[in-house]
Amino acid sequence: MQDVTNFKPLIVAFCCNWCSYAGADLAGSNRLAYPADVKIIRVPCSCRVNPMFILRAFQRGADGVIICGCHPGDCHYTSGNYYARRRMSLLFSMLDYLGIERDRTRVEWVSAAEGAKFAATMNDFVEKVTALGPNKRLEDLRCKK
Amino acid sequence: MQEVMRDKLVAKAKELLTGGVVTRVLGWKRGEFCYDLTPGIFKSADELDKEFDFGDFAAPNLSKYLIDETRKEDGKVAVFMKPCDTYSFNQLLTEHRIDREKVYVIGVPCEGMIDNKKLSAAADGIKNVAVDYENVVVETLWDGNVTVPRESVLAERCLNCKSKKHVALDELVGYEDEITECNRFDEVARLEAMTPEERFEFWQGELSRCIRCNACRDVCPACTCEKCVFDNPSSGVESKAPSDSFEEKMFHIIRAFHVTGRCTDCGECSRVCPQNIPLHLLNRKFIKDINELWGEYQAGAEVGSRAPLVNYTFDDMEPSEAVERGDKNA
Repeated sequence: MQDVTNFKPLIVAFCCNWCSYAGADLAGSNRLAYPADVKIIRVPCSCRVNPMFILRAFQRGADGVIICGCHPGDCHYTSGNYYARRRMSLLFSMLDYLGIERDRTRVEWVSAAEGAKFAATMNDFVEKVTALGPNKRLEDLRCKK
Repeated sequence: MQEVMRDKLVAKAKELLTGGVVTRVLGWKRGEFCYDLTPGIFKSADELDKEFDFGDFAAPNLSKYLIDETRKEDGKVAVFMKPCDTYSFNQLLTEHRIDREKVYVIGVPCEGMIDNKKLSAAADGIKNVAVDYENVVVETLWDGNVTVPRESVLAERCLNCKSKKHVALDELVGYEDEITECNRFDEVARLEAMTPEERFEFWQGELSRCIRCNACRDVCPACTCEKCVFDNPSSGVESKAPSDSFEEKMFHIIRAFHVTGRCTDCGECSRVCPQNIPLHLLNRKFIKDINELWGEYQAGAEVGSRAPLVNYTFDDMEPSEAVERGDKNA
């Protein structure tokens, strides 16, 4: 049995190389605290995140997945985040339709200068997911170690 | 009950073959039973006479077969298409999957097709079927004649028919009709109004029946990738034994997502599902969301239209708002 009172969520954060990843770096340089449960995966653009990445993260036991990209209008590749925004709107809406708690997924725009926003976002997200408890609906038992 | 009869289509096909307009005809032929018409290629008048069939079970959408058929040899292929099939055809043209020059589209009006799974559930041991506008009379092997109302065995996609108008056409056999008003999103809206727990229960019940036969992928006219992610052993969703776990949901989300904005809502996925999973409800959810978020869009309504997922505007809704939008409607 999992100890629910001491539950520490596993969060996967897909961070855009050009903004949020640097934002995370800035948060670190500024000694801003955010939970170590957040595992960052660097992607070249928020648009690189295939919906399947998110589902696979859940399948393999993630409790929450957050995608961080450049603010709309600031994409390094001009328009990647606009496409990502449309895609994620549909995917999250579908997960909601299948009865998955909607607080387990999030898209947040964090620039390279927003170290404080990055830390605050992660703190808030981890808090929300912790409140939801372990991810039961999306994990694949066969992937459990 | 179909307005246009088999003989009329055979005559048209023969005319095209003998006239040298086409070298082969793609149509429906008799399957093992009277209720399983399957796609077939006919190269001579003789073959047409022997095997060609059309009627209330001519459900298969033939547009996907054109991809392979137009690449096989030179010369035109004549193809019979019901109104909803022409949407898939247009979508394939948009994606440059079919050479339009090699296809001769013959439009066939459609009065709605009968779902053979519904019919099999209503009558056991089907031997022969006679259909009129009101009723379906089934001659059975051991129960005599069974009469069921036609509406009760009509395919779901035909009950919510989105269009009786052919959007791609070289020639029409029979009459021309209009785009119809339908309530195809009602069922999606009903699910949306449920609590998350109820929705999860519903989909767990439906999707855990999946046996991963991939029939929905194979039949889908929008699923035309040469290499499919579901055949990739490292994708995490390759064909595996059913696990009653997240994997089936993941497969179905990805399957529906890959055709988002390109799905014409032809309903073939639900038709072929051996487990009777209402797969069209996943596709329709995406279509409903697209319509609500970024404006009405019907894939295949015209050739060359830009799909919503390869398009954007500067003031699209944020994903969090898009998900919460449902609450305001409820």
